[in-house]
Amino acid sequence: MTPDASPGIRPAPLLGLLAFATLAMTAISMAVGYAPLALGLAVTDLLAGQKSLPALVLYELRLPRALLGALVGFSLGMAGAAMQGLLRNPLAEPGVIGISSAAAFGAVLVFYSGLSASLALALPLGGIAGALLATVILFILLGRGASTTTLILAGVALNSFAGAATALALNLAPNPYAALEIVFWLMGSLVDRSMNHVALVLPLMLLGWALIVSTAPALDALSLGEDTAASLGFDLAWLRARLIGGAALAVGSAVAVTGAIGFVGLVVPHLLRPLVGHRPGRLLIASGFGGAILVLAADIGVRLMPVRPELKLGVVTALIGAPFLFALVQRLRREAL
Amino acid sequence: MAITASRITVSLGGKPILHDVDAQIRPGEVLGLIGPNGAGKTTLLRVLAALLTPDCGGVDYDGASARALGRAALARRIAFLAQGGEAQGALSVEALVGLGRLPHRRPFAEAGEVDRQAVTRALALCDVTGFAARAVGTLSGGERRRVLLARALAVEASYLLADEPLAGLDPQHQLDTLQLLRRISREGTGVVVVLHDLTLAGRFCDRLLLLDHGRRVADGAPADVLDDDRLAQVFGIHALRSSQAGESFLLPWRTLNNENAP
Repeated sequence: MTPDASPGIRPAPLLGLLAFATLAMTAISMAVGYAPLALGLAVTDLLAGQKSLPALVLYELRLPRALLGALVGFSLGMAGAAMQGLLRNPLAEPGVIGISSAAAFGAVLVFYSGLSASLALALPLGGIAGALLATVILFILLGRGASTTTLILAGVALNSFAGAATALALNLAPNPYAALEIVFWLMGSLVDRSMNHVALVLPLMLLGWALIVSTAPALDALSLGEDTAASLGFDLAWLRARLIGGAALAVGSAVAVTGAIGFVGLVVPHLLRPLVGHRPGRLLIASGFGGAILVLAADIGVRLMPVRPELKLGVVTALIGAPFLFALVQRLRREAL
Repeated sequence: MAITASRITVSLGGKPILHDVDAQIRPGEVLGLIGPNGAGKTTLLRVLAALLTPDCGGVDYDGASARALGRAALARRIAFLAQGGEAQGALSVEALVGLGRLPHRRPFAEAGEVDRQAVTRALALCDVTGFAARAVGTLSGGERRRVLLARALAVEASYLLADEPLAGLDPQHQLDTLQLLRRISREGTGVVVVLHDLTLAGRFCDRLLLLDHGRRVADGAPADVLDDDRLAQVFGIHALRSSQAGESFLLPWRTLNNENAP
């Protein structure tokens, strides 16, 4: 570690840069696909309200995939930064409080019941129901004056329960094909999602983001410990409630609509932390954009890779994310010397 | 004008910590909280800072309750320095001290000129201006304690409640810190400080509150509180006494149970 702290980049230029990169990646994501598409023509037709084939491909396939990639990535990145700030632990990730596993289990239950075949949005609705139920259980478990340790423990309990229930569903799957379908869904993907999916999760995510961002000053204070943060005028129970609620809304709906996409929420905050001067509050929005960029890049990657059927998104983000963690281990070891 | 705690009783996890304790913090005065380990000093300090609600009794802040004042107003009135001193290592010293200005800033507002001046003053008071740009994690334990004290001073509150601010400091900075606390008290701040060093407590505090097993044993001028009987009963020690340039002081010399040993 150099003696001088990295002062970071001023917030406005950094966020502007990240927002621009996110927009650019969204545009590239729309330009990439399996069939050639005259993007300019498609956009003109779409804006003119003409239901030409290029316009349909853009609106029904490319646009929802790109938008969901950005929304899901933003949610995972921001929730990861929020959890690392709340737990004051760089190894925390959005799944640490058990919401993602519960959302996955909710979706798996819908798969299992066969509802997903009759109703297109049954799957994400099941996932969201799972996430909300888990949040209610979490709040009941924690009560008002819960400590960080209690929160982690409750998360571990929820995670193992939802994981076991998912495994049970696989165990009892009526046929191998059903089990395979569940396993593939759990790996996470943005394929074949529609604008209905976007409309379903967008309001939930926006609310979740707003709740998380509202905690930014309190998260900065929390880096000094709980008593000091409270002495600076922040209500820790209210802070925890907003963060858990916000993460549950954002991550729960992300998992519900795409399946599990790991490592984004863990890795992105680490990469961006030096750029915001190590302030947990400033990291939130930056990390959201970073997550969006990473998910979009991975999703563009799976379509450009000559592997068919295309790799699952969750697999690719984990493959990209793991080396970053190896590098982090190296850096932490050097700093410890 | 004062913080007045009356009949404070606290149990934590079923274990009684404080019983019927009265305490008062006045502007312009350094109050030393002393007592053996486990006497309830930190718990009393947390109650005074409104970080812990007592089971019985209440605290009055210049005539108002903590609830009536509200969190934000209370945070501007009381600065609290925690015992352990947790800090995120990668943050710069200046940014950390700047967190003390959070109660004065609207949420999401950038630090203004008043905030920057308060930070500069606090850095200078604690003799840490020289490493304002350093990462907190690269400082020694004592340097970090001074930075955290600067963070508390940056609040520029009417009252400063400090839990063992001398822990880990070299002798020079122990004396500097106590002189600093005295100075800000003379400028009108009410200071409460938890101390273990009875020599320094006797020299630098205007008043001492002695706790033992969760009860207030004595509250008054240092010379009255630190008499031989109390030192024997509460701390189990005998102290030497002397004076230097007209200022009397005591020096903990030996434990009494050794003398009684066969």
